[in-house]
Amino acid sequence: MLELRKDIFADERDDNLKEVGKPTQRQDMLGHVTGTSAYYDDHRFANLLHLKILRSPHAHARIRSIDDAAAARAPGVKRIIRGADVPVNLNTLLSLIQFGKDDEPSLATDVVRYKGEPVVAVVATSERAALEALALIRVSYEPLPAVFDVEEALKPGAVSVNAAYPKNTFEYYNKYDHQKLRFGDADAAFAQADIVLDERYQMSPIEHAPTETNGSIAVPDTNGRFIVYTSTQALFFSLDTAAKINAMPSNQLHFIGGTVGGGFGGKVDTLTEPLAILAARLTGAPVRHRLSRHEEMQFGSPRGGERIYIKDGIMRDGRIIARKVRAYFDSGAYTRLSSYAAVKCAAHIPGPYTIPNVSADVYCVYTNRTPATAMRGFGVTALDFGLECQMDKGAVAVGMDPLEYRMLNAYRDGDMKAHRREAKNCALIECAQVAAEKASWPLRDEFRRMSSRTGGGVQRAGGGADRTRAPAPAPAPATRPAPVTPQRVSYERPAAAPAQSAPPPPPRTPSPPPAVQPAGSTHGAPRFSSVFGTRRR
Amino acid sequence: MKTPVQFRLNGEEVAAFAESGANLLDVLRESVGDLSVKGGCWQGTCGTCTVLVDGAPRLSCITLAESCAGKSIETAGGLRRGAELHPLQSAFMERFAAQCGYCTPGMLMAAKALLDRNPNPSREEVVDAICGNICRCTGYEPIIAAVLDAARGDSRRRA
Repeated sequence: MLELRKDIFADERDDNLKEVGKPTQRQDMLGHVTGTSAYYDDHRFANLLHLKILRSPHAHARIRSIDDAAAARAPGVKRIIRGADVPVNLNTLLSLIQFGKDDEPSLATDVVRYKGEPVVAVVATSERAALEALALIRVSYEPLPAVFDVEEALKPGAVSVNAAYPKNTFEYYNKYDHQKLRFGDADAAFAQADIVLDERYQMSPIEHAPTETNGSIAVPDTNGRFIVYTSTQALFFSLDTAAKINAMPSNQLHFIGGTVGGGFGGKVDTLTEPLAILAARLTGAPVRHRLSRHEEMQFGSPRGGERIYIKDGIMRDGRIIARKVRAYFDSGAYTRLSSYAAVKCAAHIPGPYTIPNVSADVYCVYTNRTPATAMRGFGVTALDFGLECQMDKGAVAVGMDPLEYRMLNAYRDGDMKAHRREAKNCALIECAQVAAEKASWPLRDEFRRMSSRTGGGVQRAGGGADRTRAPAPAPAPATRPAPVTPQRVSYERPAAAPAQSAPPPPPRTPSPPPAVQPAGSTHGAPRFSSVFGTRRR
Repeated sequence: MKTPVQFRLNGEEVAAFAESGANLLDVLRESVGDLSVKGGCWQGTCGTCTVLVDGAPRLSCITLAESCAGKSIETAGGLRRGAELHPLQSAFMERFAAQCGYCTPGMLMAAKALLDRNPNPSREEVVDAICGNICRCTGYEPIIAAVLDAARGDSRRRA
């Protein structure tokens, strides 16, 4: 049953698998077990100064005044830094690739938009002196109404969170308030479906909680440059961001990283380097900016909490003929990387299933919560949780085995995806077959014979060699399939009238291997960057 | 105000001036210069900073440095004897029981405290010994296997 498809990645694969099956030691392991791996904070400098930050106690408030006079006179304090001291006090991470508007200050000046937002930085001779000085700063706030729910934030008259995006939605291409996907006619298909399954999935924000918190040390070099030791996961990204905020050429910054005490996506946001560098410039001394655990939890971005509605139109024989998704990504008060998460989510809909009618709306929404960011497949993981829960519920609704229900609907080579790209190199069915075998999960014969190759051994809602034909009954223990209007399966032609010819019987043997592939690369669709809208590679 | 503190660190006498109220973690890292001890939460919850004080595992971030005067401190930086790795270190390497490596020094010391008093622990006893040490790369199973390997003395046997 298991077959190695060597045509996939043919131009990249090397069948001399000499590393497989035997352990290869990691180059950093000896350092890890002897405690000699050098993380950013394992570098020592004479006269090191420490930067600590006064943070907003309010989720949304106007700053009336800031009195830092007493803090400036406190023992050990070398410098107070306010928003006005930051050369470019407004940034968005993806501005480096011209994606989104600058919306987040390094230090808030007029309004704070989430609890924990930085307001004033103190640089002192010890962390303790800095913390004691922070306690002397008096900030007068005028609390403002706040919004914490993604759908509340989209209602007319909702509190406006982010000055760059007054309608509380990220703007794609400076024009669209969400990511939109339309394929076929989902609403018409729901009217034809035997079962409509409408569900809501709510995710929680998740803190990465790396054992090493975010931090960096900026050290003035003797040649006018600054050496920055950092916990970043994204060295050059952080370097360019820090250069922009400090209005300095990037060749004045020398970033040193590499050994990171856990990140999981939570160390791509350049949270500490820009102010550490600014403080080193202003004081001429090395400055460490290290987040406490509390700051890591409150100010370090979490994975955003997503809310996802999924509505499926299902035929009694198990074919999914329509799927509608509405997803809201809680970006928190600023953009960081949630705008990109929504793009990834939209690109993943409707999951690895051939569904001829798909409609999706994915929003990146601003609320007065901690800004969210990358975490382990963000954008896709939450959606997949919802989709696969939905698949289990759908299987129950039609009385099918959940694995067989997935196999029935899985992509086959040549199927048209909702994004108008042909499915290639599909393998979900084969994965399911191997998983079932290993778990001793019984699959019926038809499903053991199924294949991801073109046609795939069964008629489905959207697949098959002849995509204009009305789907034939699937091999499910269903009641008599209800008459189905043929589904529109390709964007370039409207739904066709039912074909007159009778469908052929389902194949009894696995599909034959495809014709010999033409020379050259056969793997992968040309890769597509959803951010740039251009093809790479 | 600073107070002189003297203790044994990995068998060597050391002395430092500690800020009044300073914790052992800061004194070890900033004054003595033992950077094998890592800080993770500075509030006694994650186990990253675990060291042995007179053989018992202690969270150095919430241990007053002054309370360690005259005591014997062991850290991961002192596990190795010359070029020879401690059996726990070899076992951690061979079992791939470290990913980012940041929790590893504390994890090693928690495991050493166990093996020093119980050379043949059960799996449950190993789990109990490291239950206060958080690994966020979620590698607990290899760590448990490594500690059991080290206890059985077969850390160099496996291919």
